[in-house]
Amino acid sequence: MSHGHHNPDPEPYPALRVRAIESLLVEKGLISSDAVDALVQLYERDVGPLRGARVVARAWTDPAYKARLLEDGLAAIQELGIEGMKSQLVVVENTPTVHNMVVCTLCSCYPWAVLGLPPTWYKSFAYRSRAVIEPRAVLREFGLELGDDVEVRVWDSSAEVRYMVLPERPAGTERLSEEELAALVTRDAMIGVAKVEAPALV
Amino acid sequence: MASTKRPEAQVGLMEGPAELPRKNGELVFEAPWEGRAFGLAVAMSERQHYAWEEFRQRLIAQIAEAEACGARSTYYERWLAALESLLVGQGMVTAEELDARTAEIAAGEREEHDHH
Repeated sequence: MSHGHHNPDPEPYPALRVRAIESLLVEKGLISSDAVDALVQLYERDVGPLRGARVVARAWTDPAYKARLLEDGLAAIQELGIEGMKSQLVVVENTPTVHNMVVCTLCSCYPWAVLGLPPTWYKSFAYRSRAVIEPRAVLREFGLELGDDVEVRVWDSSAEVRYMVLPERPAGTERLSEEELAALVTRDAMIGVAKVEAPALV
Repeated sequence: MASTKRPEAQVGLMEGPAELPRKNGELVFEAPWEGRAFGLAVAMSERQHYAWEEFRQRLIAQIAEAEACGARSTYYERWLAALESLLVGQGMVTAEELDARTAEIAAGEREEHDHH
């Protein structure tokens, strides 16, 4: 603890340097501080699930990879260089007739290596208890209405086995690249409480 | 093709030595300035002042250089060096302006609004 009264807590050099860069770029009209704020927030919040999105996009574009992913999720994500998974990973595929969703009724087990940090609602008692008892009602609250002909399967995660949903590839995305497809895939779709939407301008 | 896309996906998917530090899959900033340095580099690319790939190459070069001479600098210190070298290299700022502005800020001579 410093008690100097002029500059009690001098900023480290890199902090000063970053302020100097931002100050000059703003002054020159090259960037606005608001734009920087927005980006930092975006990344802190949303970039986590990108790894899972990459896995999904690969499975959509490479049938052999998809087969390996459904066979052994852990080995298949490691193929893409994704490390840090300490449990088994089971990937379950959504189809026009089967909808999968993931929960952890006991605590909040979550495949964070592919999906980042779990959303707050995933850890809530309401989701954990209701997802198993009334999954259709829960999905409806997420804005996902499923027909009676669609079977809903709920997967309960544990310390040993974690689940990730392989969502359906949206119609009209045949011409998108793997990278463009990955950008469509959301965290919620990989938990199974949403579908992947086609981009508006395809 | 990749260069016409917004850099978001490209930034998050960088691999190898340039891969962003994460914890539980989320980005980790050890200090507010790291987040700021991150946001600046991405925002400048978003505004198309440079392609993300140009920044990535500078970052890889800075990391290689730091490793080669055994520097104990952190990922975002290298990130910052990469950003500086790119901005100066492309003539968007000069090293002299940067030094002068850094000194002014250190001396408390500038009223910068606080971000945090």
